[in-house]
Amino acid sequence: MLPSDPLCRVLNVDLTRRRFWVTERPDLWEDGLGGAGVAIRLLEEECPPGADPLGPENPVIFAVGPLVGLFPMASKTVAMFKSPHTGNLGESHAGGRSAVAIRMAGYGAIVLRGASPTPIYLVVDGDEVYFRDASALWGLRSSATVGRVIREQERGAGIRTIMRIGRAGERGVTYACVVTETYRHFGRLGLGAVFGSKKLKALVVSGRRSLPVADRKAYREAYDAVFQAATQSPLMQKYHELGTAMNVLPLDSIGALPTRNLRSGRFEEAEAISGENLARNYLGRRVACAHCPVACIHLAALRLPYPNDPYFYKTVMLGYDHEPIYAVGSMLGISDVAGMLQVMDETETVGLDVMSTGVVLAWATEALERGLISLKETDGLALAWGDWETYVEAVRRIVDPPNDFYRALGRGVEYAASIYGGADFALAFGGNEMPGYHTGPAAHLTYLTGARHSHLDSAGYSLDQRAAAKGEVLTPEGVAEALREEERWRQVLASLVVCFFARGVYTPEVVTRTLAAAGIERSADDLARLGAETLARKQAFKSREGFDPARLRIPRRILETPSPLGGLEEGFLRQAIAQFFEQGSG
Amino acid sequence: MANRLAVVDVDRCVGCQSCMFACARRLGEGGLAGACIGVRSAGGIRRGFVVVVCRACPDPPCARVCPTDALIPRPPGGVRLRAELCIGCGNCVRACPFGAIFWDGGQNKPQICVYCGYCARYCPYGVLALEEVAHAAQ
Repeated sequence: MLPSDPLCRVLNVDLTRRRFWVTERPDLWEDGLGGAGVAIRLLEEECPPGADPLGPENPVIFAVGPLVGLFPMASKTVAMFKSPHTGNLGESHAGGRSAVAIRMAGYGAIVLRGASPTPIYLVVDGDEVYFRDASALWGLRSSATVGRVIREQERGAGIRTIMRIGRAGERGVTYACVVTETYRHFGRLGLGAVFGSKKLKALVVSGRRSLPVADRKAYREAYDAVFQAATQSPLMQKYHELGTAMNVLPLDSIGALPTRNLRSGRFEEAEAISGENLARNYLGRRVACAHCPVACIHLAALRLPYPNDPYFYKTVMLGYDHEPIYAVGSMLGISDVAGMLQVMDETETVGLDVMSTGVVLAWATEALERGLISLKETDGLALAWGDWETYVEAVRRIVDPPNDFYRALGRGVEYAASIYGGADFALAFGGNEMPGYHTGPAAHLTYLTGARHSHLDSAGYSLDQRAAAKGEVLTPEGVAEALREEERWRQVLASLVVCFFARGVYTPEVVTRTLAAAGIERSADDLARLGAETLARKQAFKSREGFDPARLRIPRRILETPSPLGGLEEGFLRQAIAQFFEQGSG
Repeated sequence: MANRLAVVDVDRCVGCQSCMFACARRLGEGGLAGACIGVRSAGGIRRGFVVVVCRACPDPPCARVCPTDALIPRPPGGVRLRAELCIGCGNCVRACPFGAIFWDGGQNKPQICVYCGYCARYCPYGVLALEEVAHAAQ
């Protein structure tokens, strides 16, 4: 790292005592490179064993990497904390302006400790930190209003990040998210609830520093190569044309689009909720994260009439992607696009993770159908596939629960099924609700073995689809090995905080070249070692907090509904899990 | 003839800020401190973006309020900074209705677009273009 690079500065904030200080930790970046590699080291230091995820002892760590502010598509922030949703490793990544803002404020990481006794929002403006009263913002119905008010109060338009929570975070729903720049999220594993437990309504960060480079000419050349690849090559094309919503139809056509709580892998109305249809009839604007020319963020313009007031309309702009479309579209049997978008809008308003929300509601719908629960539990809501208006009401009740049933839903599908039954069709893996791919065994093995229980950990869905296309036969050993390799490499990307969508651009050679411009020498072997070590540290943290791969629950439903690669077998999955963790510890 | 930077179609702006980073990179550094162009939302990202950059006014107010004549009007429009004359009063920043005069906190002096067009080369969506302006044209 170059001597004048501010990356090694860690901003420490004690929310209890309202104090802040900066520590210089070049060792962290030397060993961990940035992002996930640094965050896991800070989590080891800061999070005591057995910490209560919603107690003041649970730290929140944000970390960025050396390429941020220097190269395009290195625009992610890694958040680490103990998850109130799974009771184990919490790790969530978001873009927007978050990473660039943290780096431009002059930090590589921010560590939040303790808990404020009263609602506050925190402003980091370069070297200055302000603890602002947020009692007037607490309890606001819409997370969008929180963003607007802070936008009008604080400096840094255009270069700031405003990370905020909605009521779901305030109320401690364990899958509450943190929204940043309106359309990006630290979505999964409940960072929003951790913010809420600290009475932290928002975190604003801004700054405009310069960053040194090792060699100006080499820097510009490396930059142009990455920029060309980002804007011209077919690698990024799908993200900026239809966006991730382009996955809906191909997944449906092979029978891999989870539909109605995964009773089926096909949705007869998939065309309606497809990326193609959304682009044709709703796409209103495309936007980008800071320093990313790809602009994968697709906003739907939804024009809604007021039913009883002629000539009154409102137009809302809503972000859509494959995952929310799956979670509150096909998973809930909703084919009315405007209705689906309104369910998404409600989850944004209250600040819930849309993926967990959709899976929880799908389980509740099936549980009601099967008579495990009645209208008494649902507070009179007759949850039914496709009935989006009732689902909007249900989302509100998860955040303002009228009874124990909705309180249980607010802790996730794993917990709800443990009280009301129906675990066979409760689609959670390691405690985290299912993503939108039923492509075959590798997808589910990613959910089971991934350190975050996220489809992004090792992208098994891509392995399945490749096997299906090539007619390859997957073996437990082969899948375990491939997923482990992929998850290790993704630790490198997550340490550089390069967007996973840009993984085709940032090959090991490109990573080495771009790092050299930042004055950091790392060979492909060094990177491979870093990836393996970061993953091992995350797994060690999980073991310390009680994770046992042998106790992973495999919901029966994924074995019952055929995948494009045929029916899945529990034996195959168990064998691959064992293999994955046996190899992973080596 | 001289050049100026034109915001051709702000509705195509996705807010990627590639132009801002390009402007800083022109000086051979990373980050944003050197940027003389800014992109911000038009009151929330849902409303789109505003691109803030010197439009090279024919009769620039920033030059008229400069007490030391450090900002020299450039025919047919825009200004050139003579840094050795600048006392860092910031009058120019307040005089520009677009907010297109950025501030170099280290030097305590304004930083203003030099109409080189480097940023436009990195705009993937055709928002920015370097255009020629004729003398005496308004």
